Amino acid sequence: MSQLEIKNLNAGIAGQSILKDFSLTVPKGEVHALMGPNGTGKSTLAKVLAGHEDYEVESGSVLMDGEEILGKEPDEVARDGLFLAFQYPLEIPGVSIANFIRAALQARQEDGEKFDAPAYYRRLYEKMNILQIDKKFSARSVNEGFSGGEKKRCEILQMSMLEPSYCVMDETDSGLDIDALKIVANGVNLMRGPDRGILVITHYQRLLDYIVPDKVHVMYEGRIVHSGEKELALELEEKGYDWVRDELATTAS
Amino acid sequence: MSQTDAIDIDREKGNFRFDVKYEYDAGTGLSEETIDYISKAKDEEQWINDFRKRALKVFERLPMPTHWATKDLENIVFENIRYYLSQGQMPSRSWDDVPDEVKETFERLGIPEQERKFLAGVEAQFDSEAAYSRMQDSLEDEGVIFVGSSEGLKKYPHIFKKYFGKVIPTNDNKFSALNSAVFSGGSFIYVPPGVKLKQPLQAYFRINAESFGQFERTLIIADEGAEVTYMEGCTAPKFETSTLHSAVVELVALKGAKIQYITVQNWSNNVFNLVTKRAWAEEGAEVKWIDCNIGSRLTMKYPGVVLKGRKARGEVISIALANDGQHQDTGAKMVHQADDTTSNIISKSISVGKGRSTYRGLVHMPDHLKGCKNNTECDALLINTNSRTDTYPAINVQGNGNSVQHEASVSKVSAEQIFYMMQRGLSEGEAMSLAVNGFVNDLVRQFPMEYSVELKRLIDMEMEGSVG
Ligand SMILES: Nc1ncnc2c1ncn2[C@@H]1O[C@H](COP(=O)(O)OP(=O)(O)OP(=O)(O)O)[C@@H](O)[C@H]1O
Ligand SMILES: [Mg+2]
Repeated sequence: MSQLEIKNLNAGIAGQSILKDFSLTVPKGEVHALMGPNGTGKSTLAKVLAGHEDYEVESGSVLMDGEEILGKEPDEVARDGLFLAFQYPLEIPGVSIANFIRAALQARQEDGEKFDAPAYYRRLYEKMNILQIDKKFSARSVNEGFSGGEKKRCEILQMSMLEPSYCVMDETDSGLDIDALKIVANGVNLMRGPDRGILVITHYQRLLDYIVPDKVHVMYEGRIVHSGEKELALELEEKGYDWVRDELATTAS
Repeated sequence: MSQTDAIDIDREKGNFRFDVKYEYDAGTGLSEETIDYISKAKDEEQWINDFRKRALKVFERLPMPTHWATKDLENIVFENIRYYLSQGQMPSRSWDDVPDEVKETFERLGIPEQERKFLAGVEAQFDSEAAYSRMQDSLEDEGVIFVGSSEGLKKYPHIFKKYFGKVIPTNDNKFSALNSAVFSGGSFIYVPPGVKLKQPLQAYFRINAESFGQFERTLIIADEGAEVTYMEGCTAPKFETSTLHSAVVELVALKGAKIQYITVQNWSNNVFNLVTKRAWAEEGAEVKWIDCNIGSRLTMKYPGVVLKGRKARGEVISIALANDGQHQDTGAKMVHQADDTTSNIISKSISVGKGRSTYRGLVHMPDHLKGCKNNTECDALLINTNSRTDTYPAINVQGNGNSVQHEASVSKVSAEQIFYMMQRGLSEGEAMSLAVNGFVNDLVRQFPMEYSVELKRLIDMEMEGSVG
C-alpha cells in the first residue's frame, strides 16, 4: 500500500505512443534511480504521473498509496503528495520564491487555518541554509534569471519545504557543478526516510555516488528493460546503451 | 421605513442587493423635466439648473465617440436608464442613523471597519446620494472641507465654483456632458494651505438599483503646499440589464500641493463605466492617479494631468484586468504646459479568456517648452490565446529640449507555467492569480497597504471565477 505503483502504463503525446506497458514500483523508504537514453520517455513518465493534460493515457494505472492518481488534476495529485522536480523549471516573473512556496503551503491548509508566517520563514531559511542558497534568493522571482544550477537547487528547496510522500526528480543533476551536486545530494539524503519514496531520473552514475539508490532501473524505448542494485548504474556507464540494445536483440531473437 | 430583504448573495463580496424604497425617483429617461426634478430634490440654485440644462443640450448634440471607441457604446439605451434615485439628500454623520439596508450594504463591503482602522474621513454613496459622510473632527478644525457635490456648491461656492467644470469642461466629451447634466453625489474636498492629511479620505460608490445611472461629481482642491490622498472604491450587484456609471473627477493641485487619487473599482459585468478624470498641477505640484480597473462590461477612462506650472509632476499608474466579456479601454493623458515638467505613465493590463484591454496614451509637449520629461511604460499580460490587447500611444512632442521615453511589452502566461504552479499544489485559479499578482507586483508595492491587500483579494476572486 505504501508505495507508488505504476502498472502497465501506456501513454503518449500528439498521437505518438511513448510509454509502452511501463511498470515500476517505488515503495516508501526507498530511492530508485531511472536511467535511459535521450527520448526514451523518462520526462514523459514524470509528466504523466503529475497529471499533465497534454499527455494521453491509453491504459494502465498509477496507484499512490493505493489510490489511483491517473485522471486527477495536477494540483490534486500534488496535494496528495507527489512532487516533481522539473528537468526544465519554469520562470514565474514577479512572484518571489518565498511567496510561491508560501502559496503552495497555504493551498494545502484547511479553510480558516492560520498560516504561521514566522515559523514558515524560520523553516525556509533553515532549508536554504542546508542547500547553501543565499537568503536573498527568497525575495527573487521564481527561476527568473537563475542559472541552470540555481534553478535545480530551487526545485529541491521547494521539494524539501513541501515534504511530499513521493518525489520524482527529473535530471536534477544536469547543470549542477560538482560542489552543487554534493550539496543537493545532501539535501535529498536528508529527506530520505521511511515515509518517503524517491525516484531519481538521471543520465549519470556520478549522482548515484552521493544519492545511493536502493534500486536502479534502465529504461529503453518506453519501458524498463533492466532492474538491479546500484552496481547496475556502474555497469551501464561502462558499457553504454549499446549493451542494452544488443541484449534486447538477443532476447528477442 | 423600508423592508430589508437581501437577495442574490453569492461568494462575490459585491454581488448582493437590497430592495429599497426610494423617496426620490426621477423615473426612466432623460429630459429637461428630469433635470428639474433633480434640481428640485436638491433645492439647487438657478445657476446650477442652467448649467445642467446647457449640459443636456451638449450631451444631445455630441455624437457617440464610436469613430475611435468600441461600438459596444451603442448598446447603452439612455431612455431606459434611471437618472436619480435617493432616500434623501442629507448624509448621516453617524452609521446609526443610516437606514438599515444601506448600512448593512456598507458593512458587508467593510467600509465602517476601514474607517475605524485607517481613514481620516468617509463618504458612502448609495445610488445617487451619499448615505453617510464623516470626517475626523480635528480636520474640520483645520479647515478641511469634505462634503458632497450639492452641499459643496451650496455652502462653499466661493471655494468650489471657481474650478467646478473648469478642469473638465462640459463639452470635453459626451459623457462629461451627461455627467454635467445629471450629476449627483461625489466628493467636494478643500484642503487649506499647508495642511497635510496623514490618513486618506475615502469615498465608496455603490450602485444598488437596476437600470440605474450613477453620476457622481468630484472636485478636490489642494491649496498651496497641502497634501491629500483620496481613495475611491465601487461595486454593484449583477443585474440582467446594464448599468451606467459616468463620473467626472476634477483635481486642482495649487503651488507645491500634492494629490494622490486612488481608485479600486470592482464593477460587475454589466456596468458601462465611462469616467472622465483630469487634474491641474500648478508650479511644483504633484498629482498621482493610481487606477485599478477590475470588472465592468466596458471601462473607458484616461486619467490626465495638465502640468500648468514649472516643475509640476504628473503620474498615472494603472492596472486593468479584462476577463471574459469585459473590455478595459484605459490609458493616460499628460499635457505639458510649462518648462521642467515631468510625467510618468505606467500601465499594466491583463487580458484573460476573451477579455480585451486597450491602452490609449497621449503625451503633449509643445515646441516652446524646455526641460520636460515623459516616461511611458505599457505592459500587457495575456492569459490564454483568445485574449486581445491593443496599444495606441499618441506621443506628440516637438522641440529637442525635452525627453520622452516609451516602452511597451506583451507577455503571456503559458500553459506550462500554469502546470508548474499546479504541480506545487495550487489550483488553476490560484496559479493564474499568482501569475497576475506577480505581473503587477512592482506597482502594487507602491500602494497603501490596505489597498494592495484589497487589490490582491479582488484579483484572486476574479481569477478564481475565470476558471471554467
Ligand atoms: N509535446 C510533445 N510533442 C511531441 N513529441 C513530444 C512532446 N514531448 C515529448 N515528445 C517526444 O516524446 C519522446 C520522449 O520524450 P521525453 O522527454 O520523455 O524523453 P526523456 O527520456 O526525458 O529524454 P531526455 O533524456 O533527453 O530528457 C521524445 O521523442 C520526444 O520528442
Ligand atoms: Mg527528460
